[in-house]
Amino acid sequence: MYVVKRVAQAFVTFVSVVTITFALVRAIPGGPADFIRAQVMQAGGSSEVSMSEINSLVESYTNIDPSTPLHVQYFNYLTSVLQGDLGTSVWYSRPVADIIADAAPWTIFLLTISILLTFAIGIVLGAVMAYLEGTRFDSSSTVVSMFLNSVPYYIAAIFLVYVVSIQLGMLPQSGRFASGLDPGLNVEFIVSVFRHAILPIVSLVATGFGGVAITMRGNAVQEIGEDYIRVAHLRGVPGKRIATRYVGRNAVLPMYTNFMIAVGFMFGGSVILEEIFAYEGLGLYLLQAIEARDYPLMMGTFLIISLAVLICILIADLTYSKIDPRISDQGSREAY
Amino acid sequence: MAEKNSSFSQSDGSAGGQGATRTDLYREWLDMAVLTPIRVAWDDWRTQVGSIIIAFYLLMGSVGVVLVDPPNQGQGPRLTPAFQDWSVPLGTNDIGESILSATVHATPPMLQMIAAGAVFSTALATVIGTVSGYKGGLTDRVLTTLTDIAMTIPGLPLIILLAALFEPTNPAVIGILITINAWAGLARSIRSQVLSLRDHSYVEASRIMGAPTRRILVDDIIPNIMPYVLINFVNSARNVIFGSVGLYYLGLLGGTHENWGIMLDGAYNGGAIYSLQVVHWLFVPMIAIIGISFGFVLFAQGTEKLFNPRIRARHAETVEDDTAPHQQ
Repeated sequence: MYVVKRVAQAFVTFVSVVTITFALVRAIPGGPADFIRAQVMQAGGSSEVSMSEINSLVESYTNIDPSTPLHVQYFNYLTSVLQGDLGTSVWYSRPVADIIADAAPWTIFLLTISILLTFAIGIVLGAVMAYLEGTRFDSSSTVVSMFLNSVPYYIAAIFLVYVVSIQLGMLPQSGRFASGLDPGLNVEFIVSVFRHAILPIVSLVATGFGGVAITMRGNAVQEIGEDYIRVAHLRGVPGKRIATRYVGRNAVLPMYTNFMIAVGFMFGGSVILEEIFAYEGLGLYLLQAIEARDYPLMMGTFLIISLAVLICILIADLTYSKIDPRISDQGSREAY
Repeated sequence: MAEKNSSFSQSDGSAGGQGATRTDLYREWLDMAVLTPIRVAWDDWRTQVGSIIIAFYLLMGSVGVVLVDPPNQGQGPRLTPAFQDWSVPLGTNDIGESILSATVHATPPMLQMIAAGAVFSTALATVIGTVSGYKGGLTDRVLTTLTDIAMTIPGLPLIILLAALFEPTNPAVIGILITINAWAGLARSIRSQVLSLRDHSYVEASRIMGAPTRRILVDDIIPNIMPYVLINFVNSARNVIFGSVGLYYLGLLGGTHENWGIMLDGAYNGGAIYSLQVVHWLFVPMIAIIGISFGFVLFAQGTEKLFNPRIRARHAETVEDDTAPHQQ
């Protein structure tokens, strides 16, 4: 029952996102037509190209029909989005769904690895720090974690490009894979993909795990001080079981919401990250679409990023009650 | 700490109960509410270093802008390295602007952005999170749905769209814009904390005694989540720094003022990454950004203990010792 309710809520959320997106994107001044007109004028000079020529060019680029009323545009958009049709990109003259299908796996690839690594390293380090509370390892890791946590990921990215790519020439500076390689399941291509992914992933993980570690450390230290842990020790519960079942579970649990925030943060952050590394993922397309005032592509990438975050949150939410028995009986909870 | 004149202390008969004078009460209040938190916080090296760093930026944004000339073309020879020409101590960029001037004069708008954004998002998150978590039922469903929507829209892309739409130039407006949905995450985690708090016995006691919801939230719930809120206030300050600098770096925020993100963008695209000679151009804004953000993170970590009643009692002069019952 809870699952159905939660999925329905996610659906409502998604429709709201579509609505807000539509309203926002439509409200941006200087539509696609203006932009293309400016481009043509800049390229050829306004005197050489006649106004009617520009207008026909605009129409052939934009498949948008601005003559219909706004609510009709919205209704048509909503129904086609729910059918998986995201329109045609003004700028690339390709279906938006195609562009996204091409870009999304790369972004998801980068971000999934980054998020998993960030939390794995953070949780393990935080647990060790809590276990060794007060030792030199604890205090030095805390300082390092705090410092790394205060570095914006894009600064880490620029710094890594500067040191690793340009000064040391060890890893490629930009792109998804080396140019001239045929995408396919061959060793050379896969190696190239990973070599190109290392720096973006490292920039996110290196600046992200510290925050997770500090939170985990704090939670674990607090749990260790609780009475029930002492009771468990006195009852003779094995130390390993106390560490994982008692302390571990209760320390990781409050970080579920952190996890959701991290998902949203990283997906949003992919815009700047992909711009720095010229990594053709959703973020880079979104930025290009905004610069080109490419409405369909803008809305499409935006929706897919939102959808990805929405699905992550839904999964986190549905598994939440599995770990925390306190909130498992959602239906029977009394409202105050 | 040796003084025994507290109405909080049971062992001291003369000052306890009705015997306390008005002055004593004020003094005690001052000690409990103002001095003790400062003492506790100051006891931690992280708070000390964090405060010093934040104070340094505050000075830079107030006194610094008076002492240092505003950035201007041709303040020195173009691309002077750092620490060579003392009229431009941190060197110059490609148009001969002093990097020091640009860095210092970027501080005041930055501080305004941080203040506006952090206050906006933390206040909103605390209200929505506590009400939603405590009330449950329909209120919770409505607020959670709202929160979910705000949280699901990826912040940065949304802000980029809004920045393109409104083209804000006022730093305070930019600060609020950057936290336009940052409150959602915090509200969500506050809600989940309140969920486990609301069944505690003392909350239940207040409820049975018929205390209004507002009182319960303010007296019983919020003090418990205060450390968390405070830490997140500082974290959201950090996020405003991250967000605004990032947007300036992408060239999506206009305005006439200097910003470390604009400097970073200029340096990165101006070729500073290819040459060791001009690397100061890139590194100075980087250090400025990391510095202020490190200051906030240290401060947040240091004040974490602040709301732990045991630690507070130990530091309060008007409380006899840390085992004395604290009754209010």
